[in-house]
Amino acid sequence: MTTLPSDDAVLAGQLAALAAPAPASFADSIFARWVEVDGPVGSLYVAFTDRGISYVCPTAWMDGDRDRFVDYYRGRFGRPLRPAPKAPAGLAGALAAGRGAGLDYDLRSVGEFDRKVLAKTLEIPPGEVRPYAWIAREIGHPAAVRAAGSALGRNPVPVLIPCHRVVRSDGATGNYGFGPALKVDLLHFEQVNLDEVRALGRRGVHYVASDTTGVFCHPSCHHARRITPGHRVELATAKAAIDGGFRPCRHCRPA
Amino acid sequence: MVTDDLAVRLRHDVEEAFPDVVATHQHAVFTTALRISGCHEDAADIAAEAFLRAYTALRTYPPERLGQLQLRPWLLTIVLNLLRNQARAAGRRPAQVGLEAWAPVPDGRESPEDHAQRHDAQSRLGAMLTELPGAQRTAVVLRHVVGLPYAEMAVVMGCPEGTAKSHVARGLQRLRTMIPEEAR
Repeated sequence: MTTLPSDDAVLAGQLAALAAPAPASFADSIFARWVEVDGPVGSLYVAFTDRGISYVCPTAWMDGDRDRFVDYYRGRFGRPLRPAPKAPAGLAGALAAGRGAGLDYDLRSVGEFDRKVLAKTLEIPPGEVRPYAWIAREIGHPAAVRAAGSALGRNPVPVLIPCHRVVRSDGATGNYGFGPALKVDLLHFEQVNLDEVRALGRRGVHYVASDTTGVFCHPSCHHARRITPGHRVELATAKAAIDGGFRPCRHCRPA
Repeated sequence: MVTDDLAVRLRHDVEEAFPDVVATHQHAVFTTALRISGCHEDAADIAAEAFLRAYTALRTYPPERLGQLQLRPWLLTIVLNLLRNQARAAGRRPAQVGLEAWAPVPDGRESPEDHAQRHDAQSRLGAMLTELPGAQRTAVVLRHVVGLPYAEMAVVMGCPEGTAKSHVARGLQRLRTMIPEEAR
């Protein structure tokens, strides 16, 4: 039988023993860290917390001024930032491959809707693009095309979460948080055929299908790129594709 | 009031001094959050949030204000505000969950039986604290668990010293009534 004291002095002693040290990892939940790494089109500042990567910024955007970047981060995120001894595991590989899906992200700085948009964007493979309307539809808010665009504009971890792979349905590459030119550079680096994207967009072609497989895709889907010219069918709408007897590609999910 | 050495350093350079603000006050901040919320996980989150709020505020304070800060009561005031907001947001949800998850580390000088017994008694006392009415719980935690002087408690609780004292006395009184008859 354990006893609890009735005497005030003993009780005070027992209460004092309830003082508890903060967990060993406590400081990590407060201080973010940063590194400078090589990115696909120029070096990047990358900041991360104990939960994951929280911010990415081209060094050129800060004129290569580390102090400016550090001060900007501290102000925008309200979090102290210190240099990291090394980059988060997997960062270099993810940047080289253009695949950021395996990394952890700290997206506490954005809202629930933005997080859904960003999670969906993370699914777009390098070398492919999707229209803003696709993101909106895939997250279950088909009318929120503009809102999806705004959420992508606020993406705190660009390049890794590839918001540059979301473009306008009319074939224009659209806006980018760090300027439209960088978006074009990133897409060129990933070998997206932007001339074709633009040409198709201008002609109102939003999907292509194969008359041998009976499948229709977004034009940049790697399955679509394998269709030989003689079997390639161009389509304006998903409805026209389905009415024409084609089924949507399971990879790029055009409908 | 004595001048806080850390406050003087904050006045010169917030970024340079802030890591030591965390290192110096993290245990008091965490203990306060833990013993008032009764939940280890909530406590870690609230303690971290308190330091982040503090950090953002410190970045905007003019130097003369930084130099005069009494850091511990100021930080604990932030913790109490966060705990109040959280309690309000959560409605009147029982705070017991997770209390058992925290086990004090045995210090090696006591037998496992003694340790288990002490831990058991501590958990029960910790749980009893969360059943005290708000002001009494806060007062008992600040005075007897964190070890604040009454003057500092009065600042944190925003009340006269005499009121803080009577909250402590009534809190202890009530704790005693919670102790089962056979254990007295």
